[in-house]
Amino acid sequence: MTLTAPTPTPDPPASGGQPAAAHSSRLTAAHVGRLPMLAAMLAAVGGTALVFVVTPLAGTAECVLVSLMLAVVVGTALSWRVEGRRRAVDRLATTAATACLLAALTPLVGVIGYTVYRGAARLSLSFLTHSMAGVGPLDAGGGVYHGIIGTLEQVLIASLLSVPLGLLVAIYITEYGHGRLATAIRFFVDVMTGIPSIVAGLFVFAFWVLELHRGFSGLAAALSLSILMLPVVVRSSEEMIKLVPGSLREASYALGVPRWRTILSIVLPTASTGITTGVMLAVARVTGETAPLLLTAFGNDFLHLNPLRGGQSALPLLVFQQAGSAYDVAIARAWAGALTLITIVVLLYVAARMLTRRNTLARR
Amino acid sequence: MTALTSPPREPTSPRRAAVRRGDRVFRGLTLAAGVFTLIVLAAIAIFLIVKALPALRADTKGFLTTREWLPDASPSVFGIAALAFGTLLSSALALVIAVPIAIGVALYTTDYAPRRIATVLGYVTDMLAAVPSVIYGLWGLYFLIPHLVPVQSFLARTFGWIPLFADPDNRTSVASRSIFAAAVVLAVMILPIISAISREVLAQVPTTNREAALALGATRWEMIRTAVLPPSRPGLISAVMLGLGRALGETIAVALVLAASFDVNWRVLTPGGNSIAANIATKFGESGNTGREALIASGLVLFAITLIVNLAARAVIYRSGAMERSAAV
Repeated sequence: MTLTAPTPTPDPPASGGQPAAAHSSRLTAAHVGRLPMLAAMLAAVGGTALVFVVTPLAGTAECVLVSLMLAVVVGTALSWRVEGRRRAVDRLATTAATACLLAALTPLVGVIGYTVYRGAARLSLSFLTHSMAGVGPLDAGGGVYHGIIGTLEQVLIASLLSVPLGLLVAIYITEYGHGRLATAIRFFVDVMTGIPSIVAGLFVFAFWVLELHRGFSGLAAALSLSILMLPVVVRSSEEMIKLVPGSLREASYALGVPRWRTILSIVLPTASTGITTGVMLAVARVTGETAPLLLTAFGNDFLHLNPLRGGQSALPLLVFQQAGSAYDVAIARAWAGALTLITIVVLLYVAARMLTRRNTLARR
Repeated sequence: MTALTSPPREPTSPRRAAVRRGDRVFRGLTLAAGVFTLIVLAAIAIFLIVKALPALRADTKGFLTTREWLPDASPSVFGIAALAFGTLLSSALALVIAVPIAIGVALYTTDYAPRRIATVLGYVTDMLAAVPSVIYGLWGLYFLIPHLVPVQSFLARTFGWIPLFADPDNRTSVASRSIFAAAVVLAVMILPIISAISREVLAQVPTTNREAALALGATRWEMIRTAVLPPSRPGLISAVMLGLGRALGETIAVALVLAASFDVNWRVLTPGGNSIAANIATKFGESGNTGREALIASGLVLFAITLIVNLAARAVIYRSGAMERSAAV
């Protein structure tokens, strides 16, 4: 949605008389071309030089900050003088919004860029096909193979647990629930999205490991991940089911199809693309979860295929453990692992988005 | 069975009866799933309490006021004071940094950017919300902290007279694993979430309201100030609170960035500080039985804090009804 702001009417002249004369005495917006703004920039640079000569300020960070701030101040003052207060404030707001965008995108893009830069230096085929078995703290070898397998198993089990359950909850909320119970379930599913991942891990540790004595395992990790996945699946499925037109349901009822079969064979298939997108986004999100795995999967240097018993590694867990090391070889492994992880997550995300594009329902 | 409103009623034949049985079974199944979700949430609270109690009994000093963390020593001494302080301070600081920028970004996407760019920006911010926290932590530790040295020492030199930014021992001249650095990382992490929710809130203001403001001669900023921001306020508040919930519970990034310490450190630029979640991550591996139960006790406190924040945020949304619940969170 784009709106082009029309040129605002200039402030009414204070005297009230001779508006035409007042109007022509000041430049209109069209006259504020590049020159005054260029002058503002020049004034800012000059001002910065002056500030740095006069005051004890020093350093690149200060220099950039001071000149940017001066540029904004001078630009606004100029606009105020030429175009009036309202236009000046408007320009200032535009500058601020753009500055916010740059301030947000710089670190965010920087995170991905730096990960690619550091990770590519270490990433290799052997890194992806070897585990950390027998790799000492100072050895440069080793890889994340066991972590990738562990993550795949854990995320798969978590999805198998949370997707059917989440779908059922979403169906209850949208198709059956009307009373207080449905409202309560909706509300607490929302609240559940805010549970910190470490708390989900602590719960599984307290319940599965301490109470049931099942020990650390990939399954325990999957349980904690499914707690984090469940609310995301419920909410996205709910949104998608709501988008299914009522006329489709009514047509099905008119043919004498019972409600439950209508839901299973009309509503869900219609919403399936959107639901798949939601599930993939949820998977992308839990794939990178580290905190709960510390307390449930615990980690392992070896390839451990059995998710039911024994500590298992996972990609994010490996990255965390290697990052905490004091040795450069381990830190290089952490970056390469981070690059692997970010690639998986981004691929999942892009795939989910491409699916959305084909989703005719969501575009209605 | 009052909820069956529209479809087949009146079982006139055996087939109709079978249909109703099928509906009843399916409805029961979905209801069970819904109730199970509530049970899981209750179980989380119950098990954290039950498993925390032994450690709380073994604690020889006040849990809420002690600043040490030696649960496995005898006598066992541990408390949440320093951890809770660090959690709240770093999250509050992260909000101060992130909120104006996030709302600015949201405004840019809804009211300044051309449609195509806005769509791309939406995708990018959503994707960045999916970047794993361990990667933010890695980046914070090995990239941000070295590059933050000039900023931290600038703040210390210029605003050192404020106790928060004081640096009496000149420790900001080298890379400082400070609360401030943790807050910057947290701010970067919660930015996408806050701006994604804010964007949806702002986009719900009808186009006609915006056009009406413009038609009355408002500049773009005046339109935002008078027609866009006031109706969006409850939604924006809850977006901020959801971001706060994220920051409070963030574990791995804080654990990597901060060098754990157990003092109440007001000087955000100097090294030190800790958080509840980060402490669980760093201490878990080396803890004994009491130690792990003590960690569960601290997790219970974190759970309670985030629950309150989230309940408040949701209550704001539900009461105002200004915002449809979005899948972006």
